[in-house]
Amino acid sequence: MNSFQIVVCGSIVPDPLQTLEPVAGPTGPALKNEMMLPAVLDPWAAHSLYEAANLAKQFPGSKVYLVSLGPKAKLQQVMMTVGQKVPFELVAIDGPASGFTDSEEVAGALAAAIEALPGIDKTKLLLFGGWESASRGAGSTMQIVGELLGITDQFQGVDRITVRPDGSFEVLERIEGGKHQVSECKSAPAVLGWATGYLGEPRNDPQVGMMNMRGIMPSLQKAKPAQIANDGLSFLKVELPKQQRTTRIVKDASADEIAQEIAEWIAKD
Amino acid sequence: METILFLTHTEADGTLCKASLEALGAAVELTIDSASSLAVGIFGADVQKAANSIANCGATRIFGVEGPDFAQPRYATDACAAEILCRSSQATIIVTPGTSRMSRIMAGVAHRLAGRVDTHVNSIRYESTRPVITRWFYRQRMVADVNRAQRPWVLVVDPGTHPVYPAEASSAKVEMLAAVLGADRVRTSVKGVEAPKTDQQTIRPDAELLFVAGAGWTKKQKDGQPHVKEAEALILGFLSETKASLGSSKSLVDISGEGGEVLKFMSHMNQVGQTGATPRHPKGLSTCCHGEEPHVVGWRFINERRAINLDPNCGWARGKADVVYVADAFEVIAKVNALLAEKKTATVG
Repeated sequence: MNSFQIVVCGSIVPDPLQTLEPVAGPTGPALKNEMMLPAVLDPWAAHSLYEAANLAKQFPGSKVYLVSLGPKAKLQQVMMTVGQKVPFELVAIDGPASGFTDSEEVAGALAAAIEALPGIDKTKLLLFGGWESASRGAGSTMQIVGELLGITDQFQGVDRITVRPDGSFEVLERIEGGKHQVSECKSAPAVLGWATGYLGEPRNDPQVGMMNMRGIMPSLQKAKPAQIANDGLSFLKVELPKQQRTTRIVKDASADEIAQEIAEWIAKD
Repeated sequence: METILFLTHTEADGTLCKASLEALGAAVELTIDSASSLAVGIFGADVQKAANSIANCGATRIFGVEGPDFAQPRYATDACAAEILCRSSQATIIVTPGTSRMSRIMAGVAHRLAGRVDTHVNSIRYESTRPVITRWFYRQRMVADVNRAQRPWVLVVDPGTHPVYPAEASSAKVEMLAAVLGADRVRTSVKGVEAPKTDQQTIRPDAELLFVAGAGWTKKQKDGQPHVKEAEALILGFLSETKASLGSSKSLVDISGEGGEVLKFMSHMNQVGQTGATPRHPKGLSTCCHGEEPHVVGWRFINERRAINLDPNCGWARGKADVVYVADAFEVIAKVNALLAEKKTATVG
């Protein structure tokens, strides 16, 4: 029976419902009141964590690690919730979770933490993460972590992995036009940058939470600091889009009149 | 002065896709503005046809990597081909289209070249002796002008942000480069593409109109009952008449995971917003959506926006859409479908 070491890379981002505003910080752009904003696990990374747990459940002996780079205090807050979802071992790295950091340097910190995992076996390694973050949104970090770890079977925009008895697996990746590319990989190691997949968000399970917490707090306490210097990267301007539009509210028109107007609008070049 | 490489892949038929020609336009413009030199790198099963199709782009050299191993969109082989093309051209700036195939590899390639990468590039301009790009952060909530000191600098250009380069076919001289692949580079094989059936194909990136359906379509209507089958018929009818692309709010696609009655053709692939797509279309019509920031994020690149909504004070509507019709979407879309069908019949007749 196959077993895997599934390492999920995922950081934290401001809750999607928060209003964000850029400000100039001492080392570059930042978010206004960044440390005060409620945070969540990066949504696509969260999907990858749920997929990892689901896969680990199917293959006894498998283990899920969550490697997360972020400010320790914020990581602790987010882990209180995430820790109740699925079983994992946290590897915390104390550093910025900002979208304005350079993915090459972030990837370096993540790869170093993965290399340092006791007993890591690359022949069993599946490296999971979101295909893009909700902060930088570049889709670059996972590729670079893969390169740093010497993994050249990489998939992005993954919605499904199906592992076969011989250890090979089929992957569905999103491509243009709402289609999926179907690929087959002989075995681990591989990098999978996940899109949403097909699993729902697991319900909170207090027992899972208790079990995870035994590892989460020590991991946070011994989190190594990561220096992200953003060498050579300059932000000349960061601003909110001018999105306010003058909205015409059509209140008292009949369905016929509205339909006519919409049909004409659609037909207009 | 920079050495600019336009780097792309061929399609299965040996041509270049629209996104490639858009990125080529961006590369040519940057070359002219910065008085730099332009090279072209193409990989795929057979690159001559593609090279010929852009022979007039002003490139001083055209490099190619070709062969059956490079026909498949696969990280290991594509990254290998791209790396060889970049190294051979000695490029300082590499411009590529943001196709799924290039997006899969370019960060890894930039790392191999000891360079840096920026993806989802919206614009490139040359300003005060340096290139400056524009890209969005925090899921299209804020926009930044960015410059980097490192070279090579890989720029992955978002499709739909630049006009298509007016390429003229001619005979191009391609310098073919050899790429030697070990067995470790072909551990993955592409088996094919899964696409929805033609009548269920609802995502159309090149459509003029994006039709966004919200969770309201599956909620109880005036008679106290949900009318999901009717909603399905109305939405599919609208898509059939308009050839629009279909988007969805997160709440609507999540209903399937919560055991609710769902629109059968809707999946997470349709989702726009925070964990969905941010498509680019000239027009957008939202129906039964409510005022959440993710909807605004998902609609960032829609030019003309209209909404049908029962709530005139909806936060989504005010200040975000150009026109909001306070009406029942079931009634209005049924009538729009009838009008469009009538018009089509009249045109045919």
